[in-house]
Amino acid sequence: MIAIYTLWLRQLKRYFRSKSRIIGSLGQPILFLVALGFGLGPVFQKAGGGNYIEFLSPGIISMSILFLAMFSGIEVIWDRQFGFLKETLVSPVPRWQIMMGRTLGGATVAIMQGVLVFAISFLVGFRMENWALFPLALVFMAMIALLFTALGTAIASVLEDMHGFQLIMNFLVMPIFFLSGALFPVENLPKVLETLVRINPLAYGVDGLRGTLGGVAQFGLFADFWIMAVIVAILIGVGSYMFNKIQV
Amino acid sequence: MEKNIIETHGLTKKYGDFTAVDSLSFNVKQGEIFAFLGPNGAGKTTTIKMLTTLTHPSSGKITINGFDPAQQQEKVRASFGIVFQDPSLDDELTAYENLDMHGMLYGVPKKERQERIEQMLKFVELWERKKDLVKHFSGGMKRRLEIARGFIHHPKILFLDEPTIGLDPQTRDHIWNYMKKLNQEEGITVFLTTHYMEEAEKVSSRIAIIDRGKIVAQGTSEELKEKTKTNTLEEAFLALTGKEIREEKVTGADAMRQNRRMWRR
Repeated sequence: MIAIYTLWLRQLKRYFRSKSRIIGSLGQPILFLVALGFGLGPVFQKAGGGNYIEFLSPGIISMSILFLAMFSGIEVIWDRQFGFLKETLVSPVPRWQIMMGRTLGGATVAIMQGVLVFAISFLVGFRMENWALFPLALVFMAMIALLFTALGTAIASVLEDMHGFQLIMNFLVMPIFFLSGALFPVENLPKVLETLVRINPLAYGVDGLRGTLGGVAQFGLFADFWIMAVIVAILIGVGSYMFNKIQV
Repeated sequence: MEKNIIETHGLTKKYGDFTAVDSLSFNVKQGEIFAFLGPNGAGKTTTIKMLTTLTHPSSGKITINGFDPAQQQEKVRASFGIVFQDPSLDDELTAYENLDMHGMLYGVPKKERQERIEQMLKFVELWERKKDLVKHFSGGMKRRLEIARGFIHHPKILFLDEPTIGLDPQTRDHIWNYMKKLNQEEGITVFLTTHYMEEAEKVSSRIAIIDRGKIVAQGTSEELKEKTKTNTLEEAFLALTGKEIREEKVTGADAMRQNRRMWRR
């Protein structure tokens, strides 16, 4: 078990050591919050949607978690050839422990980022109504983080070099983000888009997060929680399996 | 009678139609320094990857320290340390932290870990730099650090894949001395791959010449020269392998390695 702790700790150390990376990766969420929040806010309000900042913040928090988690997972590609991963693969530690250590570490870092963005959203006008639900909000953040770290690891276990990474970012990650209800509500969408949203795991994560942070959970918190929990469990299983198959 | 610590029989690795390693059979005795000498693309790295459980063989048998890498992976892994061709250090951690992490992964208890780290860092003359981040180290320093790291857990075998490639002469000399010292003082068996003649000759007791996935000849440097009736190992090598330039299979890894060189320094 010390191996899991070791690898978890390593991810944290790497995150905290790079102040410029932390600040840099907060840039995009802040930009989205400010530009979209103030830009589309009046339009949204007029259309009867209410306070856009309240609606948008959970979406932006999810965005920062999504990107950082995916990236931690995908780092496996680079690490595999040039980094620390080979060292771990050749050690007597069982593969599943290596995978768990990395996944938990990557997810922890993503959650911390999410909390930072949460704090920043207060600067833009976000207000929490019911702090009692905050622990549950953290649970949703954790599930989003775990889901995408595991997914990133699974994908990275199969890719040989970084070129596939571009494809993944543009054809998988961006659609997942844009069709998750993070930026706009899911109701009244054309049938095709609505179906895509409904099969998108992130949609349930965002919805759950939104519900616990004071907004409306369209699919219901109960459904959100269980759907996310099941998908996270499946993806961790798949991720472990793919990771096990890695041959350098 | 010396025991064999590494044995292979008919070791083969195929990637689709391409046979990278073709039915290799060889032994390495405990306590010797054994070199795999061959041109690029000969199958040296692939062989090491199979010996170190990173890749599964297509067929053939391997025994490392009495264990079978396919069945007893963990026991095999605990028996060796390895220095890869590409650095496998964590650039964003310090030298000390890299070694500490290795110790933790190999189950070395805390006190022993601290002693070993100090001992090995002093051995490769990097103790003064223990708190520096590895990303500020030169290629030679990283290689020395990796050698130190390979030993934290007292392995019986040290694998080195092209250990002095790209290094300056002083560092190369240091590294050869480390290998010899560790071999003499701690009785470690050393298995290295290289395409440098002088390295094979200076450091190893026995050499296997490998080309296009097959072992072409084995023996001491003297035996190889005698066999081909030549005066230098280089001539013996060329006599055995011919003078054509080898076609190498470029993998995704090679492309990344080239990319990496662009972005560093």
